[in-house]
Amino acid sequence: MVQIKMHLLVCGGTGCRASESDRLVEQLNHHLQLNGLAEEVKVVTTGCFGFCEKGPIVKVIPDNTFYTQVTPEDAEEIVKEHVLKGRKVARLLYEDPETLEHISDSKHMEFYQKQVRIALRNCGFIDPENIDEYIVRDGYAALGQVLASDPKDTIELIKKSGLRGRGGAGFPTGLKWEITAGNQADQKYVVCNADEGDPGAFMDRSILEGDPNSIIEAMAICGYCIGATKGLIYIRAEYPLAIRRLEIAIKQAREYGLLGKDILGSGFDFDIELRLGAGAFVCGEETALISSMHGSRGEPTIKPPFPAQSGYMGKPTNVNNVETFANIPPIILKGWEWFNSIGSEKSKGTKVFALAGKINNVGLIEVPMGTTLREVIFEIGGGIKDGKRFKAVQTGGPSGGCLTEQHLDTPIDYEHLTAAGSMMGSGGMIVMDEDDCMVSVAKFYLEFTVEESCGKCAPCRIGNKRMHETLEKICQGKGTLDDIEYLENLGKVIKDTALCGLGQTSPNPVLSTIQYFKDEYRAHVVDKKCPAGQCKALKSYVIDETKCIGCTLCARNCPTDAITGDKKVPHVIDQSKCIKCGACYEKCKFGAIQIR
Amino acid sequence: MNKIKSLDDLRKMKQSLKSDISIREKSDKAEEMVRVRVAMATCGIAAGAREVMNTLLRKVEQDSLPVVVTQGGCMGYCYAEPTIEVAVPGKDPVVFSHVDSARALEIVDKYIVKGELIDGIIPVNYQTIQEKL
Repeated sequence: MVQIKMHLLVCGGTGCRASESDRLVEQLNHHLQLNGLAEEVKVVTTGCFGFCEKGPIVKVIPDNTFYTQVTPEDAEEIVKEHVLKGRKVARLLYEDPETLEHISDSKHMEFYQKQVRIALRNCGFIDPENIDEYIVRDGYAALGQVLASDPKDTIELIKKSGLRGRGGAGFPTGLKWEITAGNQADQKYVVCNADEGDPGAFMDRSILEGDPNSIIEAMAICGYCIGATKGLIYIRAEYPLAIRRLEIAIKQAREYGLLGKDILGSGFDFDIELRLGAGAFVCGEETALISSMHGSRGEPTIKPPFPAQSGYMGKPTNVNNVETFANIPPIILKGWEWFNSIGSEKSKGTKVFALAGKINNVGLIEVPMGTTLREVIFEIGGGIKDGKRFKAVQTGGPSGGCLTEQHLDTPIDYEHLTAAGSMMGSGGMIVMDEDDCMVSVAKFYLEFTVEESCGKCAPCRIGNKRMHETLEKICQGKGTLDDIEYLENLGKVIKDTALCGLGQTSPNPVLSTIQYFKDEYRAHVVDKKCPAGQCKALKSYVIDETKCIGCTLCARNCPTDAITGDKKVPHVIDQSKCIKCGACYEKCKFGAIQIR
Repeated sequence: MNKIKSLDDLRKMKQSLKSDISIREKSDKAEEMVRVRVAMATCGIAAGAREVMNTLLRKVEQDSLPVVVTQGGCMGYCYAEPTIEVAVPGKDPVVFSHVDSARALEIVDKYIVKGELIDGIIPVNYQTIQEKL
C-alpha cells in the first residue's frame, strides 16, 4: 500500500474561491496525476485560513509551508519542485513586510503567533464537506457526552465557563439557555442567527464555510439542554457557499444518525432546517429574525416577551449567534475551567474579528479577550497600509464607534470597548488612516442604517434620516456649529427611544466621531475645510505657478477640459468646470497641483 | 453510510479514521515532534529514498510515533545517499548516511525511540534558514 506522505491544504473560502482556488485544486490534482504522485499526495479543500489579504493560500503538510497568492498556473511548479523534489517555491512564500525576508512556514508568521483559535479551530484544517474529518477532530464527542448526562449539568457548565453571546450584546449564554429551559411548552426551538450583516464582517460566514458541523453539533447540544427537538438556522441567501456546506453537513449528519431520531442511542430527537433570509441588517435582531422566519416583514417587536418566552411560532426559542455556538463543543470537552482561564476579567474566551480597511493583513483572526487594539492592528494586522499614519479603528460595525490612537492600548473586551464609546459588536474591525475623513465615515455608516432601518419606529426611521441630512450638509460645507450640537442631541434621543438594537446603536458612529474628532467637524463647519481632503465640496485643486512647467499633461488628462494654458506656460484650473476628480493631481510629475 | 448508534461507536469510528488527518494534527504541533527529513532530490530518489520514505511513514503510523516525516531537497551528501536528517526536539539535528529500509527502521527504534546513537552519522556542517530566523 502506498502511504500518503503529504497533504496540500487549499483554502476554499469565498474570498479565495473568488481568486480561482477551485481551479487551483483541479490543476494541482492534474499535475499530481501527471507526475505519478496522485496516490501519495492528497489535495484537501478547507475553510478559511484567515490570511485573506494574500489568498489563495496553499499550506503544505507536514512541513507547514505557507504559499500565498497562488494561481492555478502555479500548480505545476508546486508539484514539480516542492512535492517531487522537496524544494520550496520561494517566490510564493509569504514575505515579511518589514524584513522583506521569505517566511518558510506558518509557525514563523506573526499573524498566527498571537492568535488562539477556538471558534476557528477547524477552519483551514479540515475539509468542511467531509463529516469524517470533523469526527476525527473530536467532532460530536461533546454531543455524546452531553446526551449521557443531565441537561442541567451542561447548562451549569456553560454558565461557569463565562461564555457570552458573540453576536454583539454579550448576554451570558448559559443564563439564556437556563431561562429557555425553564419555560414549559410542548415545542421549543433552537435558532442559530447566521444573519451577519455588518459591512466588512465575515466571521460567521467563515465558520459556516470552514466548519459547519461544529454549529450543527452545538445546536443539538443546546436543543437537548433546553428541551427542543427542532433547530433552525437563519442565514442570508447571499452566502451561497455557506448554505451549500451547511446542507452537505446536515445531510451527512443525518446519514450517520447524528441528527434525526434517537441520536447516539440516547432517545433524544433533533433535526435542523435552514431558513434563508433576504439579507436585511435588522433581521440580525432576534425578534425581527423570528418575524422574518414567520414569513412576515423583518420588523422587531417590543421585548418582553423575550424569544425565550415566546419566539418562533409563539414557542420558547433560544437564539444564539454562529460564533457562540462554535465555542460550545470545546467548552464541554475541555471543561469550563479551561475556557474561564482564557480572556479578561469579565469577558472569557476568545473573539473572532474580521480585519478590514487600511491594514496590511486583511483577514480573519481570533484572539483572547483582553488583547489590545495595538496588538491586533500592528502585530497581527501588520500595521497600516503604505506606511500611512493610523487614525481610527471602527469596531462593532454600523452600531459601534470609532476609537482613536489614545485607545490603542485598550484591551478588547465587552466592558472596555463600551466604556470607550464603542462596542464589541459581532466582530467587524475597520481600520482607518490619515486619509479618511471622519465626518464622511460617520455619514457612510449612517447611510447604511438609514437604508436598513425597517421603519417601524419613528426615532430610527425619521431621526436617522435627519441626522444623515445634517451630515450631508456639513460635508457640503453648509454646516454650522449648531448642526454639531443638533447631531449630538438628536443622537442621544434616538439612542434612548428607538425600539430595537439597530436604532439604539445607529447614532454611535456619529456620536463617537464627534467626541473624538470634534476638531475635524469644526474644520468642516467653521473653516469650510476637510482636513483629510475627502469631502469634494470642501476642496479645490489649484496649480502652483512656480512649480508648473506647462507640460500640458494635466490638461490632456482632465475629463472636463477645466485646465487651460499654453505649452511651457503655467496652467490654470477653471473652478466652475472642475469636478474634483483628482486626475490632474495624480498625473502631475512636478507636484504643481495642490489641494486647498 | 452506517449509522453511529452510541458514543462508543463514535469513538471507534474516530480511531479508525484517525490516520487520515494525523499528518495534519502532527504538523500543527511540529515543534513537539521529532522531524525526519528524507533527502528526495534526484540523487536521493535514484538511490532509493522513496522506499525509505514509505517505510518510515508506515512505521510511524503503525507505532503511532510522535514523528513527522517530511521530504527535503538535496542536502549535498550525494556520496552517501539516501540520507535522512533526524531532529529530536531540544537536540541538534543528526544526519544519517546510506539509509535503506532496514537501516531506517533501526534508526527509528534505536535513535528516536531509545535515544541511542548508531553508526553512520554525518557531521552537520550547515545551517537552515529556520535557525537563522
